[in-house]
Formats: sequence, structure tokens, C-alpha cells
Amino acid sequence: MSKTYFDETHCAIGHPKSTFMQWMLTIDHKRIGIMYAAVMFVFFFVAVFTAFAMRLELFAPGGQYMDGDTFNQAFTLHGVIMIFLFIIPGIPAIFGNIVMPLMIGAKDVSFPRLNWFTFWLYIAGCCIALASLFIGEGVADTGWTFYAPYSMNTGTNVIMALVAAFVLGFASILTGLNFLVTIHRLRAPGMTFFKMPLFVWGIYATAWIQLLATPVVGITLVLAILEKYFGIGIFDPAKGGDPVLFQHLFWIYSHPAVYLMILPAFGIMSEIIPTFSRKEVFGYRTIALSSASIAGIGYLVWGHHLYTSGMSDIAKTVFSFLTFFVAIPTGVKFYDWVATMYQGKIVLSTPMIWALGTIITFAIGGITGITITMIGMDVHLQDTYYTVAHFHYAILGGVVFLMFAGMHYWFPLITGKMYNETKAKIAFYLNFIGFNLLWFPMFIAGYYGMPRRYFDYLPEFQIYHQISFIGAVIFITGLIYMFWVFFKGWTKGEPTTPNPWHATTLEWHLPTSPPPLDNHSKVPYVDFDPYEYKHGEPVVKFNYETMQRID
Amino acid sequence: MGHEYVPEIAIDRDGNQHEVQGWQGDFYGGKLGFWLFMLTEVMMFGAMFLALAYYNTLHPQDFLDASASLNRLLGGTNTVILLVSALTMGLGLLRMRAGDVKGAKLMIWATIILAVAFLVIKGFEWTAEYHHGIFLMHDKLLPESSLPFGQKLFFGLYFSMTGLHGFHIIIGIGLMLWLLKRINAGKVSPEHHILHWNIALYWDIVHLIWVFVFPYYYMIGAGGATGGH
Ligand code: HEM
Ligand SMILES: [Cu+2]
Repeated sequence: MSKTYFDETHCAIGHPKSTFMQWMLTIDHKRIGIMYAAVMFVFFFVAVFTAFAMRLELFAPGGQYMDGDTFNQAFTLHGVIMIFLFIIPGIPAIFGNIVMPLMIGAKDVSFPRLNWFTFWLYIAGCCIALASLFIGEGVADTGWTFYAPYSMNTGTNVIMALVAAFVLGFASILTGLNFLVTIHRLRAPGMTFFKMPLFVWGIYATAWIQLLATPVVGITLVLAILEKYFGIGIFDPAKGGDPVLFQHLFWIYSHPAVYLMILPAFGIMSEIIPTFSRKEVFGYRTIALSSASIAGIGYLVWGHHLYTSGMSDIAKTVFSFLTFFVAIPTGVKFYDWVATMYQGKIVLSTPMIWALGTIITFAIGGITGITITMIGMDVHLQDTYYTVAHFHYAILGGVVFLMFAGMHYWFPLITGKMYNETKAKIAFYLNFIGFNLLWFPMFIAGYYGMPRRYFDYLPEFQIYHQISFIGAVIFITGLIYMFWVFFKGWTKGEPTTPNPWHATTLEWHLPTSPPPLDNHSKVPYVDFDPYEYKHGEPVVKFNYETMQRID
Repeated sequence: MGHEYVPEIAIDRDGNQHEVQGWQGDFYGGKLGFWLFMLTEVMMFGAMFLALAYYNTLHPQDFLDASASLNRLLGGTNTVILLVSALTMGLGLLRMRAGDVKGAKLMIWATIILAVAFLVIKGFEWTAEYHHGIFLMHDKLLPESSLPFGQKLFFGLYFSMTGLHGFHIIIGIGLMLWLLKRINAGKVSPEHHILHWNIALYWDIVHLIWVFVFPYYYMIGAGGATGGH
């Protein structure tokens, strides 16, 4: 039995004896991915807990457990953690690291030491964010968008939150850079761009956004820090600055950041759907190119966040028009996924039902997104719970759900074990039902005018908040249960073979499960398409000794 | 550490051999990575120029007035210094590639000295401005001073951008010293000079940014010139 990446590793400095230090210093992309996952899910639950506290407060009108200021800090903490610490870096840092190199037949990313450094930079950013909780007047109360001029004037610890966001942004840039070079340089011989698995395409498009958009917000944050610290009046109108400029610069990044989250998630979907339909993916090229075009168009639509901030009518119209355009490549992807399933041998394993569930929730998120793309609608719905429901459907019901789908899908690959299918399915239904109960009523409440970021409300909205609360309890139970199933699977689950799902992409053609330290013991020559099935069976088979095809 | 790369061969169905690219010693990968990183620098300064251009259109006259009061002589000298330093840096890389390690080191030292000169002059400039009451958190730039908003914005951005640029120069000096250390240790050599290459690229971007900073801040007010401080 050969050794796996759990047994041995390469380290950034020397080779320490203790297992703990070997993890801290490891430069193996798989281990780094696992460490990201561990840290991120701890933060995820911290943010879920803050969200639960908010839901508890919102159970009834009036103030119960916290005052308005604390509520402001609660949603800021929740937003900052969920966005900057969890979901923006999430899928690339975890699955981009663990499976992307395996998928292209690389032994590691192009700069493994940089990868290690990036991980610790991310941790540094998290520490700064956490420290802002305890220093000065406590965590920022601005919302995760840090809008000027309020952020320039509040007494809370905005500077630290900005520094944290900057450091995290820097980590994100370096991750993207590393992946871009990896994808350009380290693909197995024969693997052209159009032979790459679709998840790699998702990561590739994402990496470009990380690289080109993040510096813009980075410098915006730096300017805001300088302004707060040195009194330069760049964004504060009291000093001659323009707060709308802040919003422009902020959304030039943060809108593409939405695609930063969703493109790798779509990549996961594009892996799962063909595998569990046992069919070649429909429209491989259109899916691949739609990722690229979403990334491209995504740059040009930031203005839809500023309809109510003061912009010329022409600008508004142009931004609205362009925003509708993003729906086209997104629609193409959905169409391709459904077409892939058509007449396929659908296997309803847990990853697949997560993917199918996400098609529903993300469709709701997407369609409600279109409604607020329309200027007239948005002026009415902006900053109501309609918007809150929309982005939770899109981010939580889209990105996070697909992340969970990916966790089930690649679980046997990463751990070499299998979780309990029945229990995992129960966890899915708890999550799915809880989620819809939690957020759907908010569309209605928002439509009737329930504003967001308020800790108090009129009694007529109570019923929605109460249903929401019940949904939150079910959802959070489902989350905890799901992680428990994972934990049990990892510690007590059945060992698996390297390719339990009959998948076709390279990461499943490894000699052992979990993978050996050096990934593919021997790199194959890739002269096949990523998803080739015949009569429901993978076409390409390898001799794992020589990595020569034997089909 | 055992990361040495043994080139691997993948064999296709017809039995042809294909060399597998490893991450170890991947010269082009290293170059590509650094180019991409420089792209982020461009985006970063680009966003600042965007802010600058925007405020320029809002307060054109204030910008001209403020610009007129900058010291074009010192700024111009610095521009020349930086351009020459870009030349020495490039020559150093050529020397290295031609196998002349000693000449390369000399050129790197020359670049370092020019970079330090740049910082010293910048220091003089900032001090002079300070004495005229123009500095962050100081006198004329305080919110309550009567200097027009446009001028305050101009100077605020001026200090931010030249400061950030100066910071890049300092980092550059650090990188060059490190490069010299690596050369002396034999880790950078004519056969293996990706680090030298990348630092030269970095220096190019640093001087390129200045080539935009200089006209934007110093030159636009030259028409109504009343001379510098
Ligand atoms: C357990 C699941 C979650 C619950 C119960 C929850 C609940 C909430 C609540 C009550 C708010 C405040 C709404 C308002 O008053 O405006 C909120 C805001 C927000 N949530 Fe969540 N949320 C959850 C998961 C997530 C996830 C997974 C993300 C993203 C990855 C996310 C991102 C945000 C953001 C960005 C805000 C806006 C914060 C701000 O206004 O600054 N949430 N959430
Ligand atoms: Cu947007």
C-alpha cells in the first residue's frame, strides 16, 4: 500500500518531525485546501451564529436582546465574515486547491510556497478582522460595503475592518495568480484548453477576476484608510470628496466578486451533472465560454447597485441594459445542464440532489435578480428584504449549496472514505426545506416594504419573521447534521475505491484513494474529452501503473 | 528538500513521448506569474488615476493652481533619475544574461544609488511643502483651512500617490539588495536568473507609473507657472 498525502508531505521550511508542524508548514496543495476548509467553516459557523442572533431579535417587533447599534454590528460582522472570509475565497481556496491540480494532471500548483504564504496571509487577515472585535469601539457597524461618508465618521473600528479586507484581498489576488499560471503551464501533455474539465474553466475565469478586480477595491480601501487616518477628503463630502465615487470604485470590484463566487460554483455543477447523468455534457464549449463571457460582462454592470445613489438616467439605462446581458450566458449554462440530463441515466446520489436543489434555488435567486435589474422595480425594492432574500437565494442557495454539493462529490476523493448516503440525504432535505422557509417569506415582506438592516419593524411584518425563524432553526439543524455526517464518514466511513462515482475527469484516475503525495504517480497523455460516456459507462480507462489507456 | 524535478514523460497511444512540465524551475511560469502580478499593480494605480481624473474634471482650475505650486525642477530631476535607473537596471539584466555577473552587480548597485537619490530628493520636496503648510493633517490641508476643496483633493491625492510610489521604491531597493545577496550566494546566475528578470520588470513598472504621475501632478499647471517652492 503506497503512502497517501496524509502520511507524508513537503514543507516550506525543513522537515519537522511533529505532525502538527508538518501541517502548518505544508506546501502540498491538497493539505492547504483542507486547512482552508477547516478555518473557513469555523468562521462560517460564527457568522451563522450571528445571523441566528439577528433572527432571534427579529422574532418580534421592538428590541428584545440587542439594541440598534449592536444589531448594526451584528449584520456587519455577519456580512464581512460571510463575504470576505468565507464565500469569496471559499471554493477557489478549497476545491481550487485540492482538485484543480489533480484535474489537469499537475503535481502541485505553480508556486507551492506562495500558496503556503497565501494561506497564512489569509489567516493574518482573519486575525485582524477578529481583533477589530475587541479593540477600540468594537467591530464596524457600517455593513460589509463600508459606504462613505458614514464609514468615515463612525467611531467603531472601521480602519481595522478595512485593513483586514485589504489583506484578504491580497491573498485572493495571489491565489488567482497562482491558479492562472498553473492552468497555463502545468496541464498534462495533450490537454488543450478545450479538453479541460469545466470546473477548471470556472476557476480560470474566476482567477482573472481575482487578479483584475481585487486591486481596485484594494486601493479603494487604502484610500479610505488614508482618508480616515490623515483626513484627506476623497470620499467625505464634508471635505470635498464624493461618496458616490466610493460606491463606484467599491462595486467595480464587488459586482465582479459576485461572479467570483458563482463561477467556480457553476464549475462544480458542470462536473456533477454529467457524472450523475452518465452522459457527455451538452454544449461543453458554450459552458466553458459562457464562464469567460460572464467574467467579462461582469465588469461592466456595477452601476446597477447605484440606481438610487445619483447617476444620470442614461448611465442607469446603460447599466440596466448591460446587466440583462449577464443573464444570457447564465441562461445558456442552465439550458446546457438540463439538456445534459435529458435522456441520461440519472443517478440520484447526494451530490446530484444537492445540484438539482440548487438549480431550483439559484433559479429563484437569478430571476428575482432580473426583477431588480429593472430600474423602476429596484427603486422600490432597493434596501428591502426583497433584496436580502434575493442575495441569500443567490449566494446561499447558489454558491454555498454548490459548495456543499462539491463537498459530497469530492469527499471520497479527499478522505478515501464514504459518508452515509441516507443520512446525507436527510441532511439535504432539512437544509433545503429550512432554507426556503427561511428566505421565501422575505420576498413578500420586502415587497410590502420591510426595510433591510432594521432591528425593529411594524407588527404587520411579524408573521414573515416568525416563519423565517422556524426556517432558520430547521436550516441550522440541517447544517450541523450535515457536518456531523461528514465527520462520521471521515472517521468511521467505508473505505472507497478511487472512482466511486464512475466519473471521467482526471482527478478520479488516481492510483489510490486518498491520492498519493505526488498526485498522479505518472502523468497521462490527454487525447480525450473530459466527459466521455458510452452506454452509461466511462469510455476512457487507464492502467494505473503506466497511465496508458487500456480501453 | 527533495523537490528536484526529474522530467517525466507521458506516452500517448501511438507511443510518442511528451515531456511533462513540472512546477520546479519553470522559467516561463515564473515570468508569467510576475507579469500577472504587475498587472494588478497597474489596476491599482489605474483606480487612483481614475479618482484623480474624476476630481480633475470637477475642479479643473483648482487642480491647475495646485499643480503650479509644485516644484517642477525637483520633480523633473527625479524623473530623469528614475529613467536612468531603469536603464541601469536593464543593462544589469543584459550583463547577467551575457554571463558577466560582476558587471550585473555593478549595475544593480548603480540602480540602488539612483533609487536612494530619488528618495532623498522626494524627501526635500515633501519637507519644503511641509514648511509651506502643505502636508497631511497639517495647516492648509486641515478641513477648516480656507484652501479650496479642489486644491485639498489635489494635494491629498498627491501625497497618497507619490507616497505609495515612494513605498514601491523602498520595496524595490529591498528587492535589489536581496537580489545581490542571492547572486553572491550563487542562487542567481546567468543560467538561472528569473529573480533578476522579475525584479527588473518590477522596476520597469515603478518607473512607468512615475512617468504618468509626473505629468499629471507637476506638468498640468506649468502654463501659469509661478515657479515652485
Ligand atoms: C444560516 C444562514 C443565514 C442566515 C439565517 C442569515 C441571516 C441574515 C440576516 C438576518 C441578515 C440581516 C438582514 C438585514 O437586516 O438587512 C443578513 C445579512 C446578510 N447576509 Fe446572511 N444569513 C445567512 C447566511 C448567509 C450567507 C451564507 C451569506 C454569504 C455567503 C450571507 C451574506 C449576508 C450579507 C452580505 C448580508 C448583508 C450584511 C449587510 O447588510 O451589511 N448570509 N443575513
Ligand atoms: Cu451587482
